[in-house]
Amino acid sequence: MTFLNVQDIHHTYFTKSNAVTALSNISLQVEEGEFISFLGPSGCGKTTLLSIIAGLFQPTEGRVELEGKQVATLKSEIGYMLQQDYLFPWKTIEENILLGLKINHHLDEEKKAYAKDLLLQMGLSDVESLYPKQLSGGMRQRVALVRTLATEPKLLMLDEPFSALDYQTKLHLENLVSDTLKSFGKTAILVTHDIGEAIAMSDRIYLFSPSPGKVHKVFEVPEELRECSPFDTRNHPLNAEIFQTIWKEMESLGSQESHKSTP
Amino acid sequence: MDHKSHTKALHNAYIRSLKKEKYWVRFYQLVIFLIFFAGWEIASKNQWIDPLIFSSPSKVWELFLIKVQDGTLFYDLGFTLSETILGFILGTLLGTILAAILWWSPFLSKILDPYLVILNSMPKVALGPILIVALGPSFTSIVAMGTIISVIITTIVVYTSFREVDPNYIKVLQTFGGTRFQIFKEAILPSSFPVIISTLKVNVGLSWVGVIVGEFLVASKGLGYMIIYGFQVFNFTLVMLSLLVIAVLATIMYQAVEFLEKKLIKNN
Ligand SMILES: Nc1ncnc2c1ncn2[C@@H]1O[C@H](COP(=O)(O)OP(=O)(O)OP(=O)(O)O)[C@@H](O)[C@H]1O
Ligand SMILES: [Mg+2]
Repeated sequence: MTFLNVQDIHHTYFTKSNAVTALSNISLQVEEGEFISFLGPSGCGKTTLLSIIAGLFQPTEGRVELEGKQVATLKSEIGYMLQQDYLFPWKTIEENILLGLKINHHLDEEKKAYAKDLLLQMGLSDVESLYPKQLSGGMRQRVALVRTLATEPKLLMLDEPFSALDYQTKLHLENLVSDTLKSFGKTAILVTHDIGEAIAMSDRIYLFSPSPGKVHKVFEVPEELRECSPFDTRNHPLNAEIFQTIWKEMESLGSQESHKSTP
Repeated sequence: MDHKSHTKALHNAYIRSLKKEKYWVRFYQLVIFLIFFAGWEIASKNQWIDPLIFSSPSKVWELFLIKVQDGTLFYDLGFTLSETILGFILGTLLGTILAAILWWSPFLSKILDPYLVILNSMPKVALGPILIVALGPSFTSIVAMGTIISVIITTIVVYTSFREVDPNYIKVLQTFGGTRFQIFKEAILPSSFPVIISTLKVNVGLSWVGVIVGEFLVASKGLGYMIIYGFQVFNFTLVMLSLLVIAVLATIMYQAVEFLEKKLIKNN
């Protein structure tokens, strides 16, 4: 049985003035332990798709199943880190990372210790009693990740977790996240604009095309690159090749777009 | 090293200038206070103002001592203060609860919207006579006045703040499977604390208005009654005493709210 099964998803947003079809005919399967990336230009429906997979709202058509069960029924098994950290400013870091456990009533001493240990693994010590605004952007992002991981979700979804960070922090966190997820054998979906990041982090890349959002092409990352850490992948000779391939596809998407818009 | 000590010296100078400014602010505040009371006293003594109407600080002070000794001041004061505090707490609490109900049911809030606008624009003290007839000329109807004057505006302001909470905080809680109650408790309410506190500050003043008007209408005791009674028997020393006591009490209540604000909103 496939771990995550996304079947024939269509989604249209209805507002007073218009109806925007954000996703059309999306089907994909993810096996347990895989790391997947969604790549695509802004507005092609990546966040919408993650929200649907997370069970935050029902798609207008289609279904999403995790281990054969409808996702709407099993929220706490899916961890979803939003496009920004959204730490609660009135809660301390400790209260923030324990929020998920508190909400789904799994907060006990053992889980608490686990969450604090994650914080240490992310290189954050002595921050428990601080408030979010006392931390830097990169630190907050890591805290948000700990908050998501603390509930031990089976599926982890990250919406552009590194896009607001400086390049050095970004490289550092890529390695950290990749290591952490590998060590837990977690299944993950990463949304990104950055081709290099998609190659560095994932086993498979879905390239989306906009209006309406659909899967344009799927790229398998070669076995040799998957074994490497994100940082090493970026410097691997094979990287340039696959980067070129994806880049060309994205370019062709762009030119299709401009063809469409010229009358 | 030299640079460091230079910075330190500058910092000290800065702190000194702050202290100095604070000192002058306090000084002028005291000057205004003294000029006001001294001027009042002198003007009254020399008959520049009618001492029968404006009384004088020394007469007010004498009356104050008499009423402290025979205990009648504390009797009236306690009565009015408990009405005001009760009206203030009820108004804020009911307003917040109403706001929570409106947030809970957007459909209901759409239905009630025009009624809230009407109730808000209506002068609440005009309801006084109806309240007195309905609840009796008693403690209850005065507290009701203190409540009703602040409850609708609290509802509107707090509800608006509930709705303006960044939906992404709600989304975070939903990803953890949070229920609507948990969303309210963890995101909606705490992020509205600053707004609730600022309505508290406004409500301090409003409840005093409601209660004093209520006492004008019915009471046979309390500070509002002291004012009305003093007015009827042309004892303006009594009126002035009552006004000064109200000013002091309202200020203390306001300070208490500010203290609460510091306790409640830790992260600023
Ligand atoms: N709540 C909403 N109501 C109406 N339209 C929406 C809503 N959310 C998104 N859309 C529209 O759906 C489309 C897809 O949006 P989405 O946020 O999923 O894109 P995205 O791929 O995540 O973009 P980005 O890379 O900029 O984050 C866009 O055209 C957007 O305008
Ligand atoms: Mg997005």
